[in-house]
Formats: sequence, C-alpha cells, structure tokens
Amino acid sequence: MFRYIVRRLLQMVLTFFGATFVVFALMFANQDDPLQALAGERPITESQRQALTERYHLDEPFIAQYWHYMKGMLTGDFGQSLTGRQIGDMLEAAWPVTFRLALLAAVIAAVIAIVAGVASAIRRGGTFDNVTLVFTLILLSMPIVVIAPLAQLLFGIQLGWFPPTSGADPSMWALLLPALVLASSVFATQLRVTRTSVAENLRADYVRTAKAKGLAFRRVISVHVLRNSLIPVITLIGVDLGNLMAGAIVTEGVFNIPGVGFNLARGIRTEDGPLVVGFVSALVIIFLIVNLLVDLLYAALDPRIRYE
Amino acid sequence: MDVLPGVDPRAPLLEVTDLHVEFRTQYGVAKAVNGANFWLSPGETLAILGESGCGKSVTAQAIMGILDSPPGFITKGEVRYRGIDLLTLPEEQRRKVRANRIAMIFQDALSALNPVYTVGFQLAEVFRIHRGMSRGDAKKKAVELLDQVKIPAAKARVSDYPHQFSGGMRQRVMIAMALALDPEVLIADEPTTALDVTVQAQIMGLLAELQQQRNMGLILITHDMGVVADVADRISVMYAGKVVEEAAVYDIYSRPAHPYTRALLESIPRLDMKGQQLNVIRGLPPALTDVPRGCAFNPRCRYAKDPCRQDPAPPAYAVAPHRTARCHFFREVLGD
Amino acid sequence: MSDLNSVTAAEAPDQMSMQPRPRRGKQDKPRSLAGDAWNDLRKSKIFWVAIVLVVVVLLMAAWPTLFTSADPRDCALSRKFAGPSGGAIFGYDFQGCDVYAKTIYGARNSIIVGMVSTAIAGVIGMVVGLSAGFFGGSVDAVLSRFIDIMLAIPFLLAGIVLSSRLSADPNDDGLIAVILTLGLLTWTTGARVMRSAVISSKNQDYVAAGRMLGAGPGRLMLRHILPNSIAAFIVVLTILLGVNIGVEATLSFLGVGLKGDAISWGIAISEATGTARVAAAPLVWPATFLGLTVLAFIMLGDAIRDAFDPKLR
Repeated sequence: MFRYIVRRLLQMVLTFFGATFVVFALMFANQDDPLQALAGERPITESQRQALTERYHLDEPFIAQYWHYMKGMLTGDFGQSLTGRQIGDMLEAAWPVTFRLALLAAVIAAVIAIVAGVASAIRRGGTFDNVTLVFTLILLSMPIVVIAPLAQLLFGIQLGWFPPTSGADPSMWALLLPALVLASSVFATQLRVTRTSVAENLRADYVRTAKAKGLAFRRVISVHVLRNSLIPVITLIGVDLGNLMAGAIVTEGVFNIPGVGFNLARGIRTEDGPLVVGFVSALVIIFLIVNLLVDLLYAALDPRIRYE
Repeated sequence: MDVLPGVDPRAPLLEVTDLHVEFRTQYGVAKAVNGANFWLSPGETLAILGESGCGKSVTAQAIMGILDSPPGFITKGEVRYRGIDLLTLPEEQRRKVRANRIAMIFQDALSALNPVYTVGFQLAEVFRIHRGMSRGDAKKKAVELLDQVKIPAAKARVSDYPHQFSGGMRQRVMIAMALALDPEVLIADEPTTALDVTVQAQIMGLLAELQQQRNMGLILITHDMGVVADVADRISVMYAGKVVEEAAVYDIYSRPAHPYTRALLESIPRLDMKGQQLNVIRGLPPALTDVPRGCAFNPRCRYAKDPCRQDPAPPAYAVAPHRTARCHFFREVLGD
Repeated sequence: MSDLNSVTAAEAPDQMSMQPRPRRGKQDKPRSLAGDAWNDLRKSKIFWVAIVLVVVVLLMAAWPTLFTSADPRDCALSRKFAGPSGGAIFGYDFQGCDVYAKTIYGARNSIIVGMVSTAIAGVIGMVVGLSAGFFGGSVDAVLSRFIDIMLAIPFLLAGIVLSSRLSADPNDDGLIAVILTLGLLTWTTGARVMRSAVISSKNQDYVAAGRMLGAGPGRLMLRHILPNSIAAFIVVLTILLGVNIGVEATLSFLGVGLKGDAISWGIAISEATGTARVAAAPLVWPATFLGLTVLAFIMLGDAIRDAFDPKLR
C-alpha cells in the first residue's frame, strides 16, 4: 500500500506539473501580444497593460512566468478579472452552487446507473437490457448543448414541470432539472461500465463458490458481485468529474445558475482573459487532485493492489 | 440444523439416475450429460473420470444445483439425496442442502475465492447465513476450521486475502469452507489440477483424512488416472456425457471392460514400457452439439463393428455385480 | 500426441468446453476476421440505421441544394420568428433567416470540422502510438507519460483556452482554430489504442517470423503490424468523428468555436436558447440535426466494434 501510494504520488506530481504547464502554454504561448489576447477585442489602457504585465510577469522568461503563475495558483491568488473583481472571491462565491449541482447530478446518475446496470447484466440479452443499451447509446451521443436547451424547452417551458431558470441562490428543486441534464452526461458510461463489469463477475468462479455455499441469489449479487463490480465504476469518478465540469459550463449558462460554469461561460463571452485563465486553472487543479484521490480510493477498494 | 422433510436415513446417500443436461446456445443445443447414473455411500470415494468436455463438471454442478441457467438446463433425471429428489425441491430448501448436506470444492482456488474479501469473511459467511451466528462467533469458527485443514498460524491468517496465500494453502481454505457445516457429501472438482505434484499429494492426503474422520462420501472429479488409483474406491468413466463404465477401482485397472477405459489406461506412459510406442487414442472427443450415432466412442474405437454405429446406443451391460459397461463387445475387451 | 495431452497433462477448465465452439473451420469455408465481422455487421440494425444517417448528413454537407433552394443568408428582420411558409418549413429565426435552410447548410461546417480534425488527430495518434508501441523502451516511456499528461487535462477546458487563443482575430470565422484545437487535443485515445494493438501484435509469431526473414522495422510496421492493428483504430476514429462534431457545437455555443457569420448548429442553438419561449423551432431543429449526426457516427463506431470484438456482447 505504502509503495503504491508513493509511486502514484510521484507520478501525480509529474502529471500535475506537466498538465498545468501544457495549460499555461496553451494560454500564453505563441502570442504576438499576449496582453491583447487576454483582453480580447476591447482596447486596453496603459494602466491595465501595466497591471497585466506585472500580474503575469510577461517581461520575464517563459519558465519564470509559469513559476509565478503556479505559485499564485497554489497560494490561492488567482488575480483580477478585467472588471476589477478578485477572481478568488468570484470562485468562492460561485463554487457552492456548482458543488451542489454536480453532487446532485452525480448521486442521481450513480444510483440509477448502478441499479439499471445490475438489472441489465443479470438479464443480459433480455428486453430491458436491449432497451437500456439503445437508450445509453443515444444518451452517450447527445452533446450537452443538445440536451440542456431541449430539456429546458420541453420540461421547463412547455410541460412546466420544473422551473426553466434558477437565478441566484437556487433551491434544490430548481436545481433538479439542471442536475438531471448534467447527470445524463455521465450516466450512460457509468451504466455501461456497471453492466459489463457485473456481467463479467457473474461468470467468475467465485460466484459459483458463493452459490455452492448456499447463499441466496440476492446475497450473491449484493455482497459478492457488487463489491467486485463497483471497483471499475469508482475509477470513473475521475473521468466523470471532467464531464461534469464541461457539462456545468453549458448547463449553468442555459439554466442561469450563478455557479463556476456560468461565470466561466460569461468570461468567455465577454472575452475576459484573466477570468478564463483563473477559472480554467482552478478547475484543472481540482480535476487533478480529485483524480489522485480516486486512485488512492481504488487502492483501498481492491486488496490485490493494496498489498502489491 | 434445518429439518429436511422426507429424508429417509436408510435410502442411499446419493443416487443419480438418468441425468440429462443440455446447453442451449446460439450455435445449437449441446448435450453435455446424456444419462449419467451412479451412486455414493457414506465414507466411500467415487471417482468420475474423463476427458475435458465429457460432462463431469456439469454433472457436479447439476447435483449442486449451481448450473448457470440459461444456457444450462436439466432436461431429465433424478438426483436423490437420502431418498429426496433434489431436482424437484423448491429453491429455498435446495439452498439449505448446499453446504449443509452436499458441499463442493473447485479446481482453481484463486479464482474460486472472492478476491476482495478476507478468507475469514468468506468462511464466517457460511456460519452466519446457515447457522445465524454472530460475526464474532463465526470468526472463531473460521479460525478453528483453518486449524483443522492445517493452515499454520490460523489466527493471524484469517484476516488475509486469498491472493496472499500459496496455491496449496488456498485449496486448504476451499476445503475448510466446504467442510464448515459437516456435509455428508463432498464433491471435489479437479481439486489438485492447478497444484504442484508434491502439493497435490498433501491435499489428497488431507482430503482422505478428513473424509475418514467424518465418514463422508466423496465424489472426486478428475482426468488424472494417477490420482484416482490411490484414493478411489469405485470409478465411473464418463465419455460424451454418459457413464460408459462403472466398477471398483481394482477391476478397472486390472481388467477394463470398455474400450475407452482400456485406451485411457494404455495411454499412460509407463516406465516398464520404456522405448515402446505409446498407445494414444486416435481422434478427438466429439463436439457435444454433434454426438455420433450409436456408441459415441465408435469413431475412435478399435473394437467398433456395425452395431456400434447404429442407434440405440449400447445399454449398461452388467459385467459383474456392481459393475457395468456400455459396450456391446465388453467380453472381447475383457478378454484382451 | 494431442489426445494424451487432453486426457492427462494440460486440461483446460471444463467450463471452456461446455460452451460448444462453432466448428467453422470444418463445416464452412474458412473466413477471415474481417469477413466474419462483415457478416455480423450486415445483420446489425444499428449499423444500417447509422449508415443511412451518415449518408444523409454527408449529402447535406456536400450538396445542400439537394435539400433546399433557399439561401440561408437571405435574412430579413421583418420575418423575425415568423411561422413556416413556402420552402421554410421550420419557420424563421430571430434574424428572420430560414431555419430549415440554415440547418441544412449547418451540416457542412460540422462535417468539415469533424473530418479534418479527426484526420489530424488520427495522423498524430498513429505516429505517436506506432512509435511508442514499436520502439518501446525510453521512447515509449516518454510518449506514454506525455499521453497521460494530455489525458489529465479536462478536454473542454483546454479546448476553450486553445480555441480562443488560436483565433484572436475578431474577423476570423474560427474554422481553422476549431479544427486545430480538436485535432491537437483529441489524438490521445487513438495513440493509446494503436500503442497497445502494436504491442500485442508485435509479440505474435508472424511478426517474429518477418523479423527473422530480415524485414526492417519500417517494413514490419507497414506490412505486418499496421493491418492487424487498424480495426480498433478505425473504431476509435469513427467515434471520435462524432464526438468532435459535438465538441465543435459546444465550443461554438460558448462563443469560442465558429464565430461571426459562420453557419453552425452550435451557434444556432446558442442564439435560439434564450428565445425558446417565443419560438421553439430555431432551437429544436439544429439541436435535433446535431444530435442525430453525432449519434450516427458513434453508432457506426459502436456497431463496427461489436462486429470485430464479439466477446464484448
């Protein structure tokens, strides 16, 4: 276990700096005038120019710029948006609602995906299984820009089941439809992985042993098969988080939820370079850290790795 | 222990009559077992011998009631335990027979044990489900069992995971799990195939010892004639889903009555025949979707004549008391 | 000696032989893997639905005039949100443009972006994957680490940043930027698949035989390894094509993809979302066409994969 953690951590450090460096390079490399790029189309005043140069250390070599940038990120200093607000403050104000939305979406997706995935796997090739396969294929294919506006139109506006927009400080009820939309971006993969993994484990020898021990089918599934099958599903959490982040940018914009994605989408539209850089960097760092935690969780769940 | 209605203590311990199992797959129906017959008495060891695919493991799974269904279906026959036909029992009662009365151990203990639970959990589970014991009591019983199968430092090892044991130790854990509730019948499906030869002998020795202590009936499923000779009382030879010969172990080795048994014996390399051509069996076992007419062995048989190629298949001729062979020409085979 | 072996030495678990193997070799004439896969594909409903959808979208992209005679840029504010009339069977959008014509013409940019970006990703993925798999050792270590790093970056976030940087010029329609963004960020999956396919086929006998006969590394890769690794790679690219079309729409929706007066489903959805209460058609139709297009390519990839890898079923 200890050796595994150390090795993973070392790999993580490399990946962390590699990934942040690539993102940083994407943001600032090969620009004739990085300042203009940050500011977008609007003219920048001399004082803004000076502030941005200072902020991003644009007069220093590239590596040094990266170093200052990372130092800022890791100490929670994300700089100022072009509108003059502290990006750190904006993030702090925005993250609770996004967190609630994403958590709600993740829980909805996981519960339905696991229940339906197990049911599908037990009756493989049956009607439920085939319907599920087609349904997940369709869901997998629909970009969130299709699902979010259409769901808002159908369930929010035409049927009126849910509030079509949320506004500031939304209730759980107002978040439900956006959460369902967001859940759809991770649900299909979770279901398919659960199904494949349960189906594989059902054929495993240890299931035969469990039956030979005289355990009821329900216990064979819920104790023996499920624990083994959920290991690959758990590892999806890391990937899912990336999808949830991407989904939140569109979903929060469509449903007018003042979260991280909403602010980022607005920053893109108003061409607020520093805001985009700050938000994207923060999200990338969160993504990397969560993925590390998932790796460690994986080790905790699978004793074969734990004792490697 | 739960009372099983209809148990007749004077009836044979286990009796399998005319068992038929088929697998219905997208490629057609495979007749895996086509009328298996045998019986087992307390304290006795019956070996079921045959090549892979002859239906011996499927027979065992059908007796246990753990056949994957679909695709596997029992289409005909009886499996009587002390007079009760297990195949007609409702699942809830059938479940209680498993582990309590009839238990089973499998070939590859590494994959047969659940990788994500400790062996202690998996052993204790049997007591918790069937005896309703508390976690603590069940754990104590688990340690006792590991002691009985001679696993050193049982108390410490009970909280280890299967992959932390060696192959032989894992098979001991399997045996402990199967014997937890003192079953009267133990089915061992290739228990030593995955092990080194020296470990094989230890495991077989342990099984024999535990069997004697408990006067337990043992069905030993194997393809290894060497293992059989040492431990079995009687042998059922299976070919293409049928028991083609059934006899006491000594009779089979000295005077086989079925050409297939004879061929199996002749294909064992022997030191005293060094330098001579080894008699192997020509051809391959038949595909179970397409069993030859008449005697299933006829295409590979050197005694085969016209009647062997026509239906009906040879019946189980009584060669001697308690000895049968499904061969029209068993006298010729015996005479050779 | 096969019989002796089957009786005594290395017996496979009985379970294996219980599943009757189709003995194709004896009864039918021997078929190749590709032939088998094609036979399975022909029977797959999903495959044919996908093919029809793909053909329709490709036709729309190549010859939009087959479907509509209207000009998607012929807009008049006087027709703002007007209902269907004449050829404009879906009505008009907030600028008074023909929604049907705009939706038909939207296919072209989606297909161009999807195909070119996937081709770029395919070339990069193939080169990186082949090199990593074939040379192994430190080349593999470096390339694999780099792939890991790329995969550790949330894809859409990187896309937003890169695409907005690549087209800073406000007069640009963003086409080149989106294509480059998608091409440069999505090659990793293909590279991974290629790498593992090469590694597994490298160890097979026929490649060893080729090496013994004196085939050089370049020839080995081209003649032996590539054809056997290509099936999985094509599946990945087909699915990627669909995914990239979806991502283009998402980037365009957010304002960092296609821009200005470019005709794009993503832009159309973005423009119509706020006004869906007033007029649903300008939102519903581009969204439907986009959804079906992405679905078509992903279904196609899925069907091919199932045909080549029956054990996943």
